[in-house]
Amino acid sequence: MPDLTYRQAVSAGLAQEMARDERVVLLGEDIASGGVFKTTVGLRDRFGPARVRNTPISETAIAGAAMGAAMAGLRPVAEIMFSDFYGVCWDQVAVEMAKARYMTGGQFGLPLVVRGANGGGLGFGAQHSQAVENWALCVPGLKIVSPATPADVVGLLAAAVRDDDPVLVFEHKALYGTKGPVPDGEHVLPLGSAAVLREGDDVTLVALSLTVGLCLAAADRLAAAGVSATVIDLRCLVPLDAATVLASVRRTGHAVIVEENPGQLGWGAGIAAILAEEAFIDLDGPVVRVSGGNIPLPVAAPLEAEVSVSTDRVVAAVSRLLDVPVPAVVSLA
Amino acid sequence: MTTGVDTALALHLHEQMVFIRRFEAKVDALYRQGRVRGPAHLGIGQEAVAVGAASVLRPGDRSIGTYRGHAHALARGAPPDAVLRELLGRTGGICAGKGGSMHITSVEHGYYGSYAIIGAHLPIACGLAWADQIRGDDAVTLCFFGDGTTNIGAFHEALNLAAVWSLPVVFVCENNHYMEYTPIADVIAVKQPAADRAAAYGLAPLCVDGNDVDAVRAVIGAAVDRARNGGGPSLVEAETYRHGGHSAADPATYRSTEEVAQWKLRDPLLRHAEQLCASGVSDGDIEAVTTGVAAEIERITVEALAAPSPSADTAWTDMWSDGSSRWRN
Ligand SMILES: Cc1ncc(C[n+]2csc(CCOP(=O)(O)OP(=O)(O)O)c2C)c(N)n1
Ligand SMILES: [Mg+2]
Repeated sequence: MPDLTYRQAVSAGLAQEMARDERVVLLGEDIASGGVFKTTVGLRDRFGPARVRNTPISETAIAGAAMGAAMAGLRPVAEIMFSDFYGVCWDQVAVEMAKARYMTGGQFGLPLVVRGANGGGLGFGAQHSQAVENWALCVPGLKIVSPATPADVVGLLAAAVRDDDPVLVFEHKALYGTKGPVPDGEHVLPLGSAAVLREGDDVTLVALSLTVGLCLAAADRLAAAGVSATVIDLRCLVPLDAATVLASVRRTGHAVIVEENPGQLGWGAGIAAILAEEAFIDLDGPVVRVSGGNIPLPVAAPLEAEVSVSTDRVVAAVSRLLDVPVPAVVSLA
Repeated sequence: MTTGVDTALALHLHEQMVFIRRFEAKVDALYRQGRVRGPAHLGIGQEAVAVGAASVLRPGDRSIGTYRGHAHALARGAPPDAVLRELLGRTGGICAGKGGSMHITSVEHGYYGSYAIIGAHLPIACGLAWADQIRGDDAVTLCFFGDGTTNIGAFHEALNLAAVWSLPVVFVCENNHYMEYTPIADVIAVKQPAADRAAAYGLAPLCVDGNDVDAVRAVIGAAVDRARNGGGPSLVEAETYRHGGHSAADPATYRSTEEVAQWKLRDPLLRHAEQLCASGVSDGDIEAVTTGVAAEIERITVEALAAPSPSADTAWTDMWSDGSSRWRN
């Protein structure tokens, strides 16, 4: 099992699928030269300029061309450099590709992937830091994938490419530099299958993408204080593995949902509603959400940290919920 | 003097235009009876563009259009009874009752759909053409849209992408001189909404009389040949006029009666019938086309109106590729 960075895992996953299926083609801004996040390094040289195509700065044309190519039998993977730019092509994503199959009575499939850098934590500011999975969650017709580890990047990206429906893959820009083992050989994971990363009896932490690491770190600190936590990485919001979350919460009686996007209407609200409707009887306390602030993301480090989710905030939420004191960590920095 | 082949083709084009005219008139009548669900944007007056353009395509070619798309679907060979049933919300609708008038689609006949967000399908047309380019197929994509569409970003993004990628796509602007209620001249700084912008994409300014089916065939035919032979995209502006309002619900009081009357003198069907006469086709033969078309439209209308509504549970199918609408377990 080689160790790859999360960003290397993106190119590895794409290469795995391009080598397997010549219908897989890439398009996006600057991708032929490796991409601004270096997530497509080496692919143009290996697969040629016809299959790895640079585009003008035209997000609408990128998304639309991906859709048309999928209708005509290719399996395109379009890059939207920063997921904030979905705002520029939201018509194509939410109103064209999400609906076309249904409104034509299923006359064509749309086997396409749109992927790009999502989320905050690097001081990119209000217009290059949003975590926007929740935008897509409002739109039936889009599958939503948000991997947390290099192995999952490869496995879920492969699954997204092989899926016959439009899949949005949100890569976390603050995770690009993280490293982890990736299985040898072909690696594919199912969509809609959450990962239970740690089993505990007292509380279920529900996480996605960046917040998976925060929750695992929180679980360590909680364990030191005698609290045992289950950590679930949802991996996908659509299809949603609600069954895994429900089963865990029925056992622990407590749920803390940790989402990066603003709490105003984050994906966690949808999970909380499912728990309220389907596991109410098993809950021993309120369903709690730890969410990003309802504010544009500021840049200066203490300001961004102030409004973002963190391990401290997860620990504090669990401590309050279970009424167990958990000692603060004294920062050495 | 025309040859037999020419005459047969001319009569066929005439029949298609008459069919679409009568079909749209029937839709208008059914709309007024409250039988069409949702809006209906008719193409009466613009038939020569749809028919002329479709006539230069081959079976493997692709076309794509807008909510004003009945004519474009029919011209590619979409079954009229299934289109009508879609408009009426009956079983057997071409989109299973999920699309309606604005989303008529017949992939089987190379018509990749009707899109109701202005400009959205121009980038999609690029993608269709890109797929053919990558595979090395010689298919061509035709993309239809209105004059008003030349002011939205998707138009410019698609034209530029098509040009720099040299895609086998022909963009056809049906300049009917109005967006919904506003004359196009009020909202553009040039005279010709498409042709005057072509230079920005390195393309030639191609214009054609969209009410002359032969002229449409010649200009779009040449553009299609060029695309097929690797010569890249074209942008064609076809000047035409809708006889009715923006949709069947629009009385179009923003236009003068003189203006409408002037354009009706240039009715593409009348002009084509005159040419047929001039080339020696008898009045009787031309009349027979009309009679046959009228009977066929009556027949499919009666059948469609007698068809049941789709059962409500079918609303939950066709969502995902597995046919279901399940998003969670
Ligand atoms: C993005 C968007 N803006 C506005 C509308 C509302 N709308 C529907 S048709 C239309 C006019 C389009 O004019 P044109 O492109 O000339 O086509 P025509 O209707 O004349 O065929 C407008 C404004 C829309 N459907 N989509
Ligand atoms: Mg118009």
